[in-house]
Amino acid sequence: MNDLYRGQRAMRAQRLAAMQRGVVAILDIGTSKLVCLVLRFDSIAPVNASEGVGSMTGQSRFRVTGVATTRSRGVRFGEIEAMEETERAIRTVLQAAQKMANVRVDHAIVCFSGARPRSYGLTGSIALQGAGVAEQDIASVLSACAVPDYGAGRQPMHALPVSFALDHRLGLTDPRGQAGNRMSVDMHLLTVDSTAVENLLRCIKRCDLELAGIANAAYVSGMAALVEDETELGAACIEMGGGSTGVSIFLKKNLIFADTVRMGGDHVTSDISQGLQVPLKTAERIKNFYGGVVATGMDDREMVDLGGETGDWEIDRRRVSRAELIGVMRPRVEEILEDVRARLDAAGFEYLPGQRIVLTGGGSQIPGLAPMASRILGQQVRLGRPMRIQGLPQAATGPAFSSAVGLCLYAAHPQDECWDFEIPAERQTGRSIRRAVRWFRENW
Amino acid sequence: MQSVDRPSGHAPTIGVRKDAAFVDRSIFVAEEKKKPGTDPAPSRTSYKLQRLLLTPFFHLILRAGLPVFAVVAAMAWYVSDDARVATLDVKLSEMRALIENRPEFQVNLMRIEDVSASLADDIREITAIDFPVSSFDLDLRALRGQIEQLDAVAGVDLVVRAGGILDVAVVERQPAIVWRGPRLLELLDAQGHRVAAIETRSQRSDLPLIVGESADQNVQEALAIYAAASPFLARLRGLSRVGERRWDMILQDDRRIMLPEADPIAALERVIALDAGNDLLARDFMVIDLRNRARPVVRLRDEVVDAMHGLADLNSKDDPL
Repeated sequence: MNDLYRGQRAMRAQRLAAMQRGVVAILDIGTSKLVCLVLRFDSIAPVNASEGVGSMTGQSRFRVTGVATTRSRGVRFGEIEAMEETERAIRTVLQAAQKMANVRVDHAIVCFSGARPRSYGLTGSIALQGAGVAEQDIASVLSACAVPDYGAGRQPMHALPVSFALDHRLGLTDPRGQAGNRMSVDMHLLTVDSTAVENLLRCIKRCDLELAGIANAAYVSGMAALVEDETELGAACIEMGGGSTGVSIFLKKNLIFADTVRMGGDHVTSDISQGLQVPLKTAERIKNFYGGVVATGMDDREMVDLGGETGDWEIDRRRVSRAELIGVMRPRVEEILEDVRARLDAAGFEYLPGQRIVLTGGGSQIPGLAPMASRILGQQVRLGRPMRIQGLPQAATGPAFSSAVGLCLYAAHPQDECWDFEIPAERQTGRSIRRAVRWFRENW
Repeated sequence: MQSVDRPSGHAPTIGVRKDAAFVDRSIFVAEEKKKPGTDPAPSRTSYKLQRLLLTPFFHLILRAGLPVFAVVAAMAWYVSDDARVATLDVKLSEMRALIENRPEFQVNLMRIEDVSASLADDIREITAIDFPVSSFDLDLRALRGQIEQLDAVAGVDLVVRAGGILDVAVVERQPAIVWRGPRLLELLDAQGHRVAAIETRSQRSDLPLIVGESADQNVQEALAIYAAASPFLARLRGLSRVGERRWDMILQDDRRIMLPEADPIAALERVIALDAGNDLLARDFMVIDLRNRARPVVRLRDEVVDAMHGLADLNSKDDPL
């Protein structure tokens, strides 16, 4: 457990440093585009809990001062594939954002959708000794969780305590100070491929940045697109990206499951390209302008110019009806949604009290997606847009930016994770002086 | 809609996703408009340079430190060679001279007002200014000191007026008394300050005369005595300082009134009172000695004494008794 979270602890330290400087870069590394937001944190005013402010309090403390986006390079399925290319793209986007914010950024918080996230539900319990639950007890119970064998070459990305139980009382979110004899915890552990994280780390380092945190794209876009009731009662956020489609399930304001379908909008584009025999660029253009998933009689009559530069008149003057285009797109979108459905079923989504499904991400803008999704995924489907944050330009408020916006919220108001608690004393090896100091601090 | 073209060799030929929702992309799309075919990414060097320029400390150094350093370095380089400094000095003094010698700053004449001609000549002689002269070269303070050294000058104001005139307003010392000093006759003012020397007493017969050593130290007292002696001023020849402590009034025919050291005025007033009552001064006395207040003495001349004695004898002979 010690070495396990060392990288995460280092990132938290960097995040603290960034908060102290007041400037942090938000980097959403997607398959189709890269977004960089520069956040300025000012007046870290203590939140007055008695005013009834909820968990969204953190947003008012920051402001977006720099925004830049560029097409992504060297990223496939939300993972870095060509590091040099990705580094260039990060440099491009960061330079533009820095220029707009007119400030030098040293810390970056990054989210990406790939790296094959896998969720584990962990439980652990300890017997309490003191009068009430202390911070140290929470650390102990978290470290008492039986860590599953998630395999070599994988590492934890999120380790979120979901709910605590004291004796027979279940579902506590914050047991600190409460009395009890036995405490147990349900923890959600999300692991990803280590190589993806290491590549990312190296890529960020090569841009002279410090990594101040990593997050799963589906998780953070859920933070941005879901409203509070949905996260409380249970909801899934489907983040339809370019190279992959993320699934995250929230319950009691906590992430309880996250997964990725390795298919996205780019596959739809390539289907169009192959099916209609057009270049990818043209395929992308006609997908954005004329795409859809539900064909009507009108669509049979609406013709789309495919264009071309081959010089062959027969090829360059081809036209297809919009219904044909929809006919190419629809199976792929259905396939994606069915895969999502399979993941939701595997996670036991149907047993949640609320079963709201929120579609977000750039792919969710396909016309007619919502009715089709409700047929596949369930009745309660809506299209989600990220919540508004201060200083974000209008052009960056679409659903394609929900993971960037969510990452801002995550940066401002991160969930307590396992590594935010101190390592319990009995598990700490060596450092006898530190243990002595700790003993003094606890007993005096 | 801005379409971002890429060379066809690169794998993903699509641009930023052109979804219907984001129309106004151009404001924050990171790539600047470059020639198609070039990499939109900044080079590693330009990226690092931009970050360096955004560093506040470096920015400050570049904006404030560098110009200051450049100026200081240039000055230091210039000063490092003595020849350059010398030429700079020469140039500066030339420029200064050029300005100082402009006709606006020239002083052409000295106007001395309310002063006797001899004193004016004295002032011209002592100041010895070679007109025309620049007003920057006139040291009015020193000039004033020079002029005030003249005995006949009580005070002086020097003003350079428009039109190149040096105005000398002299307050002349007024001679109040003639002092026959150890060597020559001198005129003193009421404070006993020397004004001028004269050849003969007759030149200033209108002024009272004092003689004797250190008589010039007590001019005020002498003037007070003169003022008190106004009833017989015509007969008063002068005052003589005796033993540097008291005054003798010398009347016509070398007759004297010896005044006491302390309060000579009161003694003199006593004499005047006696004169008014008994016509004392008309008597044929030699000396009226008032030095001892309690015992004034009148000394007569020998002939008078003899005559008095003779008269007494005559009287006694005539007396039948």
